[in-house]
Amino acid sequence: MSETILWEDLLHGGQTWSHVLEPGMALRLTDTEGGANVSALFYNALQPEERYNMPDTLKAQHIARLTKGFVLYSDMGRILCSITDDSVGWHDPIGGTLTAAQVESKYGEKPYQQYRNDWTQASKEGLLLELAKYGLGSRDLTPTLNLFSKVQVDETGAMKYIPGNSKAEDFVELRAEMKVLILLSANHHAMEPGGAYAPKPVKVTVKRVPPPGPDDICRVSRPENGRGFELTARCCR
Amino acid sequence: MSTILDVTVLAGDGFSGVVKKGQTMRMIDLEGNQAADTLLYNAHDFTDRYSAVDTITAQGNIYLTKGTKLMSQNGNVLMTITEDLCGRHDTLGGACSQESNMVRYDIGKRYMHACRQTFLKYGLAAGLDKRDIAHNINFFMNVPVTPEGKLTFEDGLSAPGKYLDLYANMDTLVLISNCPQLNNPCNAYNPTPIRLVVTE
Repeated sequence: MSETILWEDLLHGGQTWSHVLEPGMALRLTDTEGGANVSALFYNALQPEERYNMPDTLKAQHIARLTKGFVLYSDMGRILCSITDDSVGWHDPIGGTLTAAQVESKYGEKPYQQYRNDWTQASKEGLLLELAKYGLGSRDLTPTLNLFSKVQVDETGAMKYIPGNSKAEDFVELRAEMKVLILLSANHHAMEPGGAYAPKPVKVTVKRVPPPGPDDICRVSRPENGRGFELTARCCR
Repeated sequence: MSTILDVTVLAGDGFSGVVKKGQTMRMIDLEGNQAADTLLYNAHDFTDRYSAVDTITAQGNIYLTKGTKLMSQNGNVLMTITEDLCGRHDTLGGACSQESNMVRYDIGKRYMHACRQTFLKYGLAAGLDKRDIAHNINFFMNVPVTPEGKLTFEDGLSAPGKYLDLYANMDTLVLISNCPQLNNPCNAYNPTPIRLVVTE
């Protein structure tokens, strides 16, 4: 079975977005200009008490970065999405989510009345509004996966935001492994140093893709993921 | 200084209780190498809860130690670590669960006791539910991250009698699972008790 593009969309810088993907669908995000950041949340669309769990994702795969071959675990030991393709190499799961207070202190306020839809927005507050569209709220908020961004940790534990991680036309592809609610915010990373408020746009491509086979790169990357796919198939395919 | 509370939390058991603003909770690793999985909540608004990523990004360092302000999701300081004989505590490793044990070790491990069972048991009794069980602190646990982005579980830096002090900057509900994990070295494969002493 080959891949088919179902539809495409363009996220403006500062915009939030959400959609439910079925198993057999994938979401390809393209950093059209370079320097984008997309802060993402993931829930089981049928039972949103089950949601992306950052520590479970990290410790099952012994990583503090995400790229091709890794998967996103829920708190129930199942896989929400797997990363089937990636030209970036490092996506940040620990650097936090841009808040309105951070936007104000780093960038100042650009009010809607003057700037219209180029106004300053924040990822956290935008995602809370997006969650509310599904009856979810602050109790459901988790750390975001910050696609296209890199935060490096040194031997002392110090965290450093690495600029220039994603170049123009870089992409990452997430395959839905269950019926999954995905929320996105295309906005500055919370640890970017500041300067001009100019969040980058991101192209969204929704595709129909083949199901993961026995030798799927995400399934065979670690024995943990083999068990994760098995547990996911028991309930969600 | 008067003692408000002095309790021993047995291996694999839990605790919940409010530490009032201005009080200090001392957490003592009685026998060494015991992971104490801990969640914090504003006692008057449970949605204002401990946030691991807000805590580490606020201080720019993934390890918790003396001086660390334990931040809530709404940007408030819940508690501050005012003393620490251990030197490094984890907040990226999360809590073990029956479901994550199936992924990490073997699908047949679901029967084993796990921290998120204890969080649910004590959390439900305190008025919380599963949606409130956010990502916790692992006191006395050592989970290094490398510059290459690898995450490992190392032997703890703790030892018998080591302790830390948690000063309450606001009335804080403290929810603890004294970790029962037997599949990795976070407890040296031998869960042991911890002691909690609250003073003011």
